[in-house]
Formats: sequence, structure tokens, C-alpha cells
Amino acid sequence: MSSGAAEPVPAMADTAAGVRRGRFRRRLEAVPGLQATTGATYQPEHPDAILDVRDLSVEYLLDSGTVVAVDRVSFALMPGEFVAIVGESGCGKSTLLFAIAQLLSPPAEIIGGSVTFAGRNMVELTDSALNAIRWKDLSVVMQSAMNALNPVKSIGAQFKDVMRAHGVTARQEIASRSAEVLRMVGIDPIHLDSYPHQLSGGMRQRSMIAMALLFTPELVIMDEPTSALDVVAQRSLMVQIAELKERFGFAVIFVTHDMSLVSHFSDRLMVMYAGQVAELGPTRQLFDSPAHPYTVGLMDAFPSIRGPRRPLSGIPGSPPDLARPPQGCRFAPRCPKVMDRCQADPPGLYQVDGIDVRCFLYEGAVGADRWSKP
Amino acid sequence: MAMIRPLSAPGPDLPVPVSRLSARSRNPAVRGLQRMTTAIRSNRKATWGFVLLVLFCLVSAFPWVLAHDDPSAMIYPVSLGPSAHHLLGTTGLGQDMFAQLIWGARPVLLIAFGVGLGATGIAVLIGVAAAYLGGWWDAVLNLVVDVLLVIPLFPLLIIIAGYLHSAGTLVMIAVITFTGWSYTARQLRSQALSLRNRDFLEAARVRGERRLYIVVVEIIPTMTSLIVASFLTNALYAVLFSTSLQFIGLGDPTVVSWGTMLRSAENNEAFQTGQALWIIAPGLCIVGLGAAFALLNYAFDEIGNPALRPLRRARVKRSG
Amino acid sequence: MTELTAQPGGPQPDAAPAVAAAPGGLAAESGTEPLLRTEGLTKHFKIGNALSQRTLHAVDEVNLQVGERQIVALAGESGSGKSTIARLLARIYQPTAGEIYFEGRRLSAIRSRADRLRYSGLVPMVFQDPFASINPVFRVSHGVMRGLKLHRPELSREQRYSEAQRMFEVVGLTPAVDVLQRYPHELSGGQRQRVGFAQALVMRPKLILADEPVSMLDVSIRIGLLNLMVQLRDAESVSILYITHDLASARYVADRLIIMYAAMIAESGPVEEVLANPKHPYTQLLLSAVPDPRAPLGVSAETDRGEPPKVIDPAPGCRFRQRCPLAIEVCHSVTPQLQAIGTGHEVACHVAQSGAEVKAF
Repeated sequence: MSSGAAEPVPAMADTAAGVRRGRFRRRLEAVPGLQATTGATYQPEHPDAILDVRDLSVEYLLDSGTVVAVDRVSFALMPGEFVAIVGESGCGKSTLLFAIAQLLSPPAEIIGGSVTFAGRNMVELTDSALNAIRWKDLSVVMQSAMNALNPVKSIGAQFKDVMRAHGVTARQEIASRSAEVLRMVGIDPIHLDSYPHQLSGGMRQRSMIAMALLFTPELVIMDEPTSALDVVAQRSLMVQIAELKERFGFAVIFVTHDMSLVSHFSDRLMVMYAGQVAELGPTRQLFDSPAHPYTVGLMDAFPSIRGPRRPLSGIPGSPPDLARPPQGCRFAPRCPKVMDRCQADPPGLYQVDGIDVRCFLYEGAVGADRWSKP
Repeated sequence: MAMIRPLSAPGPDLPVPVSRLSARSRNPAVRGLQRMTTAIRSNRKATWGFVLLVLFCLVSAFPWVLAHDDPSAMIYPVSLGPSAHHLLGTTGLGQDMFAQLIWGARPVLLIAFGVGLGATGIAVLIGVAAAYLGGWWDAVLNLVVDVLLVIPLFPLLIIIAGYLHSAGTLVMIAVITFTGWSYTARQLRSQALSLRNRDFLEAARVRGERRLYIVVVEIIPTMTSLIVASFLTNALYAVLFSTSLQFIGLGDPTVVSWGTMLRSAENNEAFQTGQALWIIAPGLCIVGLGAAFALLNYAFDEIGNPALRPLRRARVKRSG
Repeated sequence: MTELTAQPGGPQPDAAPAVAAAPGGLAAESGTEPLLRTEGLTKHFKIGNALSQRTLHAVDEVNLQVGERQIVALAGESGSGKSTIARLLARIYQPTAGEIYFEGRRLSAIRSRADRLRYSGLVPMVFQDPFASINPVFRVSHGVMRGLKLHRPELSREQRYSEAQRMFEVVGLTPAVDVLQRYPHELSGGQRQRVGFAQALVMRPKLILADEPVSMLDVSIRIGLLNLMVQLRDAESVSILYITHDLASARYVADRLIIMYAAMIAESGPVEEVLANPKHPYTQLLLSAVPDPRAPLGVSAETDRGEPPKVIDPAPGCRFRQRCPLAIEVCHSVTPQLQAIGTGHEVACHVAQSGAEVKAF
């Protein structure tokens, strides 16, 4: 998202995204047996949203007990929107991502809620139905390209695998599409014959993104794709992602632990803490006036490269053990604005000026007394 | 189960809750034992394997408790079926089969543990030293290991045992250890190599520790699961190889052991003459002991690598 | 060597200490020998097989200095040579050429085991990965006690233990008695890094080599450790060579900043000066790439890709020339040397040295 006034969202059918959504709906309906397996279609709260996550909960079944890693997370994603999910290690953001993409494996299990992708609840779909959606309408970019790419196959061979798995078999089509996606991310198609270890870190991540765009999906999910890169390569990759999003109109869910990285690119920002949504709202608003004390603490923990040099103190303590979550607010032990009530009752998600905040400070007060940055 | 001890003053980041902090001993050997006993109790395969192994060890240590007859004495009527006097009957040579079986456990277990300890011990010394010392040492030791690896194990065993004519228990142990340590040495060397550049080893070097200290105190303890697994594997193969050697006649016929039982059973055409028990009984014992080692091996794999543990799906899925 | 005295009352590790630069910097040391000095430090690795031998230049002709009670940040991207320099200073690698002087004495003169041990106690290293830098089999007291046993043999066992406790308190691991008994997997990443610092501190060092100590920690934990480093400089009089790729954290803790590119130093000087007036185009590129939520983004997709080169058998000339928009004729033929262009501010760039305005990114 460029720095400037927010642009009005164009009408559905006019955008590339809108046209593809229509096609996508028809393709989904054409999958044999799909209607039968999904049963009743869900009526999402946001009818225009391409992804509607409601009360999604994920649990890990361990020897020592169960750990609820994601606790009733809800949000809706509009077509072409860039939502960043931010949090520290252990907050559940990666688990949430994998749950949305239906990539969880035991001992993790979705125990509640729904993930509605263009009218179908993905949690209830069978594997074959999911495979029809995967990569064509929803693709995933993993954290480390070296782990996600096959080290003994060339990039071109891996692209071919993906395309053949989804029904494209004509050699000419495969070759031309592979070259096209590589050019889209700024890599010379000659590298189709290269092996992953022959490419630099930045190029590997770009080829992962190219692979994710092979079928120009509606939604691209990214799990910290820049964390293994240096700062210049990181910035370059972010700019590339933003540019591709503008061009093709796909929505992005971007998981990261570094808020400042996405500050110029995301439309909305979701801050997670201990498996719950702490704050969710437009990025600019969150940065200018963060509401949740955790967000304020996080913002404060980034030393700045410009501006006055001042001492910072971070957030004392560490996240709670999710095997025994605290009774009240999960952030209460570390919160500088804690009240008596916070230890006893868990706060709900309150709406203030278009931001959702899980904090008693904002209960019932619409647009009142917000905590603004010093 | 998990005891969260409140700290007197909050630290800069509150620690993760601690489990079983109070039950730890200072001595690393005792601690290792404690860890192993909890591991064995919690894993079903380990418990069964352990119980089986202990049973065999007890039997081989105190054979006179169960078997009152002299196993070698050929004084009974031949080929009797099972009865109150002879629990498994008698062999074609007039020996009490049950006594043979019980007394025959001892050489087998001696060989198993002897080879297990011996082969693993040599492999640890040579494999880990080669990995850590590197350079010229590594090249030379690696050459020795590779040469031994290339030679096929069982034919070599046959040749050596044949050359020594009848191989008694001690000779068996020596022969199998000598031919068998190289495989484990290779494995341990590989693991030690992968550990070599771990930061904590570099930290020990930077601290000023001597090389020998690093190998013995810092590297080897982190490889205990592989070392235990190697011991169990070597013991298992020792059982199988020694009984095979004895079966083909290269063992010492005067030693009473399951392998020699099989040998004499084969010589006397036990199956054809209807004395199936003569073969089945020692066969089952060999299988049982082998299974004990194998179960423990699987269990230690699972303990060491949580990803291999069986999943418990007993819970009913809640609907959202 | 000064005795590390216990602070009465104990410092509060989480309170943010004053980050004003401590007195130190080249000006304060003119005329006196700095704590650590390298001259033409070079490290090459041979790569390739018997048929095609090539040389990887990991570090080339590096002259750097660290003074007493100073935090010097060595910043650069991966492959720039900064980690290799740390390992050269820790004597894990031997230099291919050049010399390292510690307190005026040459490192190559160290021969006996006693000398080696003494040096490793004076210049210890803290590693990057909190999960791999402590042996998982032993309690966290193991490393600290071994360090004490090797480097301060005059202490009895009880004295060693109480010194270990004191050091854990200094780095903020309280209550020390409790934490000492824990295993590494029972501590968080931030706590493990503090253990790493404690292990270094018990040897009463003069200079700690910190190899990216916070890059694998969560953001809110980093500040705690960065504050600890500043506190160590001030209260325990320890210098720190802070190796990082994150300029913002370098700015937060360091007194001086050295920017490395492709095995050579591109720019060095007082941290505020270098960041406010970067004279090397690469420094400007790095600064422009640091995400700052408060500043607007003004780049297009054709921006620099950020591929630092692997320096294999390099030709003479500035190694940044392919990416530099200001490259001139001489940049392609002559490798620029570090030259002072201001008080304590040095840069290795022909354009900057010629006095022209450097406005690259």
C-alpha cells in the first residue's frame, strides 16, 4: 500500500480479482461431489470477503496435556487486501496460518471454528476437494526456501511438478508459464535449470513466490518469507510483493515478527498474543495510535535509526505457558496498565474507531480516550 | 506434574515452568539412570522389552533355580514327550531339553552383552576420535573402518571361526566384536561430525578446554541415545550371528547353548523324526531375546526422537 | 587487570540505562595503544577441488580498533566477513596475513598453553544461537563453572560457586541459585543468551566478542540484552565488539560503527556521525533499506536487489562498483583504501575521498 490516502476499493467485477473470483466460484461448483461433502454452505458475516475466519481454534495434543495454540481467532479478508499477522514466537501466528491453509498435522488439530474460503468451509472439505483449491486459488510461501524447495531438483523441474499436479501437461504451456512467472519476480528465465543451492537467498525466495503465483491465486499466504534475508534483500522482496499484488490483485496474509517490515505494505495489521487476537485494525492507525498495551510495548521495543536516541525498556516478563493459560487477560502479568479486573476476567474484543482491541480499557467506550503514542 | 516455583523477584523474562526440578540428582550418572527409568516406564515397547530382557538375564544368571538336571548328561530315555519330570521332554540324545534350554541361555547372553559392550566401546573411541581430531587421524582411522566395512561380515566370521576350529564363548565374543565394530564406528563418526560445528563445542574451545576433554565430556554425552541404540543393535546381531555360527557347526559342541541345541537337533533330523520341540524351543528363545533387544531399540528411538512416538487419538473431536 | 567489584544493591537489569556515548573513540586514544588493534587482517579460504583451486576472500586488509570501555558495532550483510573477523579474533581461525594486537602484544606470539588460556579468558565470545550454544546435556552451571575452573584456578569450589551466582545476578538471571540448577531447555532464548554473557564474564574479560547475540531473539527480549550490554560497558568496564546486521540495534548500543562490505571495511566512525552523514554509497543503501514505520516509503520495484557478492578471486577495484550509481573510472581499477574524512570518520570510497557530494540512495 503506498503512502497516501486510502483508495476506494474498486467494484468487484471490474477488477482482475473480481473476474477471477467469478471463475473460481464456478470451478468450485464444478468439482464432482463437492456439494455433497460440504453440506450446507455457510453464510459469512462479510459476504464480499474471500476469506472469513470465525472463532478458529487449534489445539496441540501433547503427552503432558493439551495446549490451545490458537484461541477463537476471527477476521475477514477482502479481495486484494494485505493483512499482516504480527506477534512474537509462541503467539500462534504460524499455527494460525497453517490452520487456514489446512496444512496442520498431528498433534495439532482444529477443534473449533470455520475457515470459509469463497463460500466453502475449508475445515470440512475432503482432501480431494482441498486439492482442487490448493495452488489454483490459495497458495503458500514458506519461511525458508532452502527447506521448502527440493534441493535435488532444478527450479524448472519443480515448477513442472506443480503444474502437472494441477492438470497442466502440455510442455509448451509449462515452459512458457514457468518463464513468465520467473520474469514476473525479476529473475532471468535461464535460471529454470538452476538448482536451489546455486541461487542466492533473495533469488530463492523470489522463485518460491513465483511458484506460488503459477496459477495466479486469489490468496497467497506467506509465512515470514523474508526472515532469512538481509535488510536490502528484504526491502527489495517486500517491494516486489507489493508490486505483484497491485498487478494481479491477489490478497495476502503475511506472518512476521517484525512490525516495521510491513508498516508500508499492509492494509490491516493483526497483533497476536498468546494465541489470541490482541488488536486488529488499519495499519496506519495502529502505528499512529496503538490501542492495546502490548502493541504499545512492541512499538516501543524497536530502536529507531532516525530521530532521537532514547533508552527503551521492552516488555518485561515473557508470554504465558499456553498449557495453563492465565484466568483473566493473558497479558495482565506484563501489562503496565493492569487493573484488578484484568486478573480475574478475560476481556472480549471491543471495537473502537474501527479497531478491534482485546482490552478492558476500551470496554464499551466507542472512540473514547485512546492511548496515543508519546 | 509441572511445578511452577514462584521466583522471589521477577527476572527479566520469567522462566518457562519447570518440571520435576526437585527430583534431580547432582551426579550425572545417577541422573542418566533416572532419565532412563522414567523413559522405560512411560513407553510400552520399552517396558515389555525391558521385562523380557530382565527375565532372560535372571534365567541365565541363576539357571540352577529352574533346571535341576545336568543339561549335558545323556542319561534319560531318548525322545520323550513333555511330562511332569521333563517339562519339554528329552532330546534324541537323552538329555533333558528344559535343562538345556535354561543353561543354554547363559552363553548367549554373555555373547550378547560382551559383543554389545565391546563393539560399541571400540566404535565410540575410534568413531568419535576420528570425527573430532579430523585431518590425518581421521583419514587413517576412516581407512581402517572402511576396509573392515567392505569385507562381508558373515563369510568373514565363518572363515575366522573355521580357522579356530571350535569357537567357545570367549572366542565367539572376540570374533564377532572384531568384525562388527566398524559399522557402528561409521555411524558414530557421522553423528560426531554433524555435532562438530555446534556452537556449544566452539564455545568450549573458546573457553580453552583441551581436545580430549571436549570429546569425552562435551560430545559423547550428547550422543548417548545413539550409543545405547548401537549397543542394543550389536547385542541383537551378536545373538543372531553366534547362534548361526553354532548352527552350522563352527561353535564349540561341548558348550550348551541354544545354537548348539539347534545344531544337534539338525544333526539328528529332529523335524523328520517328530521331535519338533527340539528345534522350536531354542528357536523361540532366540526370537524372544532378539525381540527384547529390538523392542528396547525401537523404544529408545522414540524416546530420543519425539516425532516417532505413536499418536494418541483417544479424544472425541469437539464440534465447532 | 582491574578486579570486577560487586555493585552494592545490584543493578536493575531492566531499567534502561543512559545511552549517551561513553567517553571513548579515537580521539580519546590518540597517543595510547587501543585495547585491540588489527593491521591488514586478511583471511582467505581455498575452495574448489584439485582441478580448479580458487580463493575465497573472507576478510581483506581490515584495520580496526577497539578501545577500553567501548562498544564497537561491526555491521554488514551475510558474507561481508564480520563473523570471520570474530573468529579470527577468538583465535578459532589463523589469519592468512596481517596481525592482531591485543594490549599492544601480537597474537601470533602466543605459543604456550598458558598464554592461549589467558587470551581466551580476556577475549571470550558470545554466540548467536541461544539454542545451540549451550550443551543441552548439562545444567547451565556447567559452562560457567568450567570457565571459572580453567581461568581462575585460585578459587576453591565454594568460591567458584558463589562467583557463578554473583555473575548470574549481574546479567539479570535471578534468583541465581535457582537458575543455576536448570537445564538449557528450561530457559527461554533470552535467558540462555544471558547465560552466554555470564559464561564470558566469569573469566573477567576485557573484550567480549558478541556474534549477533540478539538476532535470534524476539524483538521485545532484544532490548533487555542490548541494555545489558550497555550496562556491562559502564558498570563492569568491559569492551564489546558487537557484530550485527541490524543498524538500528547497532545505533542503540554502540559508540563506534564499522560497516563492512565484501570482506573490506567500507566506512567507520562514531555511530551518530556515520548514520547522520553516511559517506559511502553502501552505507546509504543500508540506511535506506532499514524499515522505518515513521518515514514514507519512496522506492520502486527496480530497487537494488541486495545480493552481496561472494568474493572469489576478485579483480582490483571497488567491490561495490556494480551496484553503485556513482561509480567513476577509477572505481573499476583501483581498490579504495580507508581514509579519514572527518574526526574519527573514515571511508573507503574514491568519490567520497575526492571531496564530492555522495548522494547515492
